[in-house]
Amino acid sequence: MHKKSLQELALGLANKDFSSVELTRHFLGRIDAHQDINAFITVDREGSLLQAAEADKLLGAGEALPLTGIPLAHKDIFCTDGLRTSCGSKMLDNFIAPYDATLIRKFRQTGSVTLGKTNMDEFAMGSSNETSYYGPVLNPWNKAHVPGGSSGGSAAAVAAQLAPAATGTDTGGSIRQPASFCGLTGLKPSYGRVSRYGMIAFASSLDQAGPMTHSAADAAILLQTMSGFDERDSTSVDIAVPDFSAALENDLMGLRIGMPIEFFNDDLDPGIASITMDALREYEKIGAELVEISLPNSHLSVPCYYVLAPAEASSNLSRFDGARYGYRTAEYDDLLDMYKKTRAEGFGDEVKRRIMIGAYALSAGYYDAYYLKAQKIRRLISDDFTRAFEKCDVIAGPTAPETAFRFGDKSDDPVAMYLNDIYTISVNLAGLPGISIPAGLDKDNLPVGLQLIGQYFDEAGLLNVAHRYQQVTDWHTLSPQQK
Amino acid sequence: MSINNDDVEKIAHLARLAINPGQLETYTKNLSGILNLVEQMNEVDTDGVAAMAHPRDTKLRLRDDLVSECNQREKFLKLAPASENGLFLVPKVLD
Repeated sequence: MHKKSLQELALGLANKDFSSVELTRHFLGRIDAHQDINAFITVDREGSLLQAAEADKLLGAGEALPLTGIPLAHKDIFCTDGLRTSCGSKMLDNFIAPYDATLIRKFRQTGSVTLGKTNMDEFAMGSSNETSYYGPVLNPWNKAHVPGGSSGGSAAAVAAQLAPAATGTDTGGSIRQPASFCGLTGLKPSYGRVSRYGMIAFASSLDQAGPMTHSAADAAILLQTMSGFDERDSTSVDIAVPDFSAALENDLMGLRIGMPIEFFNDDLDPGIASITMDALREYEKIGAELVEISLPNSHLSVPCYYVLAPAEASSNLSRFDGARYGYRTAEYDDLLDMYKKTRAEGFGDEVKRRIMIGAYALSAGYYDAYYLKAQKIRRLISDDFTRAFEKCDVIAGPTAPETAFRFGDKSDDPVAMYLNDIYTISVNLAGLPGISIPAGLDKDNLPVGLQLIGQYFDEAGLLNVAHRYQQVTDWHTLSPQQK
Repeated sequence: MSINNDDVEKIAHLARLAINPGQLETYTKNLSGILNLVEQMNEVDTDGVAAMAHPRDTKLRLRDDLVSECNQREKFLKLAPASENGLFLVPKVLD
């Protein structure tokens, strides 16, 4: 059952080949058998089986919706009423949200089952899952390697077939890079497509939730449920949600794929370059045309991001003060001492670094040189995309500059870690949709992702382009179990 | 640009973070490294470029000021590290 697509699972449930309770038990069993991967922070054994029993009633009554009875894993950044939401941090180790995130509410309404909450870099700050308070997640393809981050638990859970699909969030690449490292399809929707209500905020002008799945067809199903206007998110965009699955089969004849010269330069790893080019040649075979484009300011995306994201984070994370919820230090002299010790003990090093960089960039005397400057660079990066899309329909390139690296390789060097998101960050800065799809294996048998970037709110187009590739290749069907 | 230990202590205070003296040097080194990375922004002339705060320059929506949430005082207070008489309990702020 764990090898089936979401559509096959829905069909199996509808045909009574298996019940939702049986399906949920099967995945819970797989989670137990693969605990070494550390993909989950919380497994909801009782709750998931109750939800499955409810789903079976709906299925029996012929009232099933597309995801009714299908078990899913959600990143531990989405608030779940009654089930711990830790965000990978000691700060929220004891936090049981008093409400559901909009995304969770939508998944509950469709009758899907929540298997549990997946491991992640603390407060989504990291590219390797090594910053989690709950320990690192192992990459199912090679357990000496990282799964990527920050949505590394979701990626590992789907890659190891502990859940048929999962949700993640992406602020600078946190869906696409782990999808690339674990051989999955991972989509970051346009900013404003999916509600951020109840999603613990890291950098509010960049954060977006999206699906992490084996295929584009599965991603379309998840995205359909996740999307839509939400008055509880002030930056949610009130725009029609198309039928993502209906657009999958569209013809790609004449599609113009833009190749940014800045992504295909001498700095690109030759192995990744050749796999990326092979993927693009497949597209040519099915009627697409490759065009050279330029994103001249893309090299500034990492510097720009590491001002803006920490600045927003320092502001967002000021709410963790030990007063109303979460961790509070045991001993303190006064209020200031309580704040300082609570935050020093509750946050890990990477989170503290980013809070301090943000506080510095926003402080008197430095605001113009850092924050304002970064906001202007953000405009230049965004304008580059606008110009590029005059010449092409989608942009393609590598998702990450390398495949999954080994534990400890970058954990002492924050800047080296940050540069892993060099191809993904500009997409968040512009607010565009981006997807990573499996495009091959490197010499060490580790997955390589191809990134496709679309125009605003054209997730349907991106999924179509991804799906067409997956019809003529089988990289997305490979699993670490059978490699 | 590099910063020194005094700067880091000042920033940590602003961010309400206690820093273990043994870790100060490491923070100073790492934060300086990040600021050096960020300095690359200065290569580009941004005079006359309008700052961009949000993708597509999203404008925040306004809504009518209506009561929309129900009272969940007990549920919220259960999450508090300390509470008393229906209130969050913190150390004395004013003498």
